[in-house]
Amino acid sequence: MSKIRVVIAKPGLDGHDRGAKVIARALRDAGMEVIYTGLRQTPLQIVSAAIQEDADVIGLSILSGAHNHICPEVMRLLKEKGLNDVLVVVGGIIPDLDVARLAEVGIDGVFRPGTPMQEIIEYISSHARSRTETV
Amino acid sequence: MKTATPGVATGAERREKESLEPALEKGGERRSAFTTISGRPIDRLYTRESLAGWDPSRDLADPGQFPYTRGIHPSGYRGKLWTMRQFSGFGTPEETNLRYKHLLAAGGTGLSVAFDLPTLMGRDPDHELSLGEVGKCGVSIASLADMETLFQGISLADITTSMTINSPASMLFAMYLVVAEQQGADWRKISGTIQNDILKEFIAQKEYIYPPRPSMRLITDVFGFCADHVPKWNTISVSGYHIREAGATALQELAFTLRDGVEYVQFGVDAGMDVDQFVPRISFFFNAHSDFFEELAKYRAARKIWAHVMRDRFGAKDERSWKLRFHTQTAGVSLTAQQPYNNVVRTALQALSAVLGGTQSLHTNSLDEALALPTAEAATLALRTQQIIALESGVTNAVDPLGGSFFVEKLTLDMEEGALDYFETIDRMGGMVAAIENGFPQREIADSAYRFQQAVERKEKLIVGVNEFVEAEDRGVPTLYIDEAAAGRQIDRLRVLRRDRDNGRVRRALDDLKRAAEGTTNTMIPLIEATRAYATVGEMCDALREVWGEYEERPVI
Repeated sequence: MSKIRVVIAKPGLDGHDRGAKVIARALRDAGMEVIYTGLRQTPLQIVSAAIQEDADVIGLSILSGAHNHICPEVMRLLKEKGLNDVLVVVGGIIPDLDVARLAEVGIDGVFRPGTPMQEIIEYISSHARSRTETV
Repeated sequence: MKTATPGVATGAERREKESLEPALEKGGERRSAFTTISGRPIDRLYTRESLAGWDPSRDLADPGQFPYTRGIHPSGYRGKLWTMRQFSGFGTPEETNLRYKHLLAAGGTGLSVAFDLPTLMGRDPDHELSLGEVGKCGVSIASLADMETLFQGISLADITTSMTINSPASMLFAMYLVVAEQQGADWRKISGTIQNDILKEFIAQKEYIYPPRPSMRLITDVFGFCADHVPKWNTISVSGYHIREAGATALQELAFTLRDGVEYVQFGVDAGMDVDQFVPRISFFFNAHSDFFEELAKYRAARKIWAHVMRDRFGAKDERSWKLRFHTQTAGVSLTAQQPYNNVVRTALQALSAVLGGTQSLHTNSLDEALALPTAEAATLALRTQQIIALESGVTNAVDPLGGSFFVEKLTLDMEEGALDYFETIDRMGGMVAAIENGFPQREIADSAYRFQQAVERKEKLIVGVNEFVEAEDRGVPTLYIDEAAAGRQIDRLRVLRRDRDNGRVRRALDDLKRAAEGTTNTMIPLIEATRAYATVGEMCDALREVWGEYEERPVI
């Protein structure tokens, strides 16, 4: 098995990147290959990064309340590009009402403040598409 | 100082033999090491011996006396309580105006404006990057018209307002001044604060637009303008709050914030101003985190360091330049989504440390803020928390009631020493702007944030409801839900504004602004004219983007 490849992205105008950076490091320490996009990425830039990096997982960090716009757009673009097996997870301040909405567009992994890193690592490990070494 | 004589047991040695060792034999301690939330080791007991070299007349002095370790007022809170200033803003200017009237009616004594992300980033509500963000994290203010609505029925001559705005601080300040003028308030008498602290944006919160050096120009322009026209305005609130929220330790918060303060003073001096002309209007903003005594020591050390730096490094003569005044907000990052009612208790303890540390104003967070922006009920309870501390607890009766505690004084000394070490490192790099360009404070903070998270994962640091006393059932609380209607209303309003205003006047004002940015005219002057012409925040910021470009950081994980 090769390493799980994760793109961690900060979409929207918000710059609070503590969560994104901490999770990026935790996933890397857990043996995953992590690419951090930096701040203020549009959905298209994020999906392009995922294609370029051959990512298995996209992690979106959103604290500003813009998730209802950003997440469906990322999912739509992934479908459009044929990347149906890329796992998308979201971390941030997400109201209860919106957790259900995100599930409707295909995002089940929503992690709110106080989630242990280990829980996120395990979720990603068990839900990311399986890869076999192709040499 | 007494020195230990061979053969004669010191107090500490005697204590260990006679009482501690037997006690430890009966039962060990709960942990092998005790540390603060920042990871600083804490000894078992502090005594006079912990304070070797400490001189109360030099290190402590009376309240109101240099170096102000015990506070800047001789009578503490016996004269005037701190300002209870609750940070608030959401949706449209109308909705926020109603919340302000509610907070003032509930006994709030100052306003504090939270702007939405498009406003903070200098984008109009109809810009593509504003999609989904309008009115979400704060109130949407696109032009003078919105500012007029925000303060409808609130007399700016009678209250003080703090505005949390940084890159576009000059633009929003210009709008506030024009509204004050419309209400007939005298610029020379009104007071309030703009955050206007760009360095901590590069370091921590990342709401920057322009590169560091032109950003500093905007700030020194505000210093100069206010010295001449709005002398009671606090021109900057040098902020540690966001640095701490991003993961810094208490010491890093203290050191980076004060060193930012030094940088602003240096830039002001380099722009040709006399220190005593603008430094008395510089204020500070700290976090109140959960480690009670560490926080208390941080505030006390901050006053002492600033007094020395201003007097000894910059040669300030005016006592007002020596006195560090600060606002405090309890730690948003300490709030948990789990068992949210626990947040009321956390916030009360954090607020108490800020009060015992001598804060001039205070914001207490609401219990639901790990979930959403606060409901009116939660915001009221947060304000009541302050009122109970102020009126019932008795802690305001004596000035600096914890002063002289061996533990508190030792922590204060260590905070000072640690901060001065960071000052040396940053001075060697060529100052804070250079250190930021090197990514130094950003790396330090990212490392601390990760270390803390690891400590939580390993249960070396316990958080009730998160990694201890966890409940399976999520009881939840009612939360405020901000729908998308605000965005639609703000965009419609902008369309009407752009149609009805004198667009020739707007264009001329924006051209003048660009010329000022290219030259040396104070940028506040064309900004006030552009504001009067109803130019939008996005248009004013874009004019400067054309001249100065935009900053992009290299991300540091």
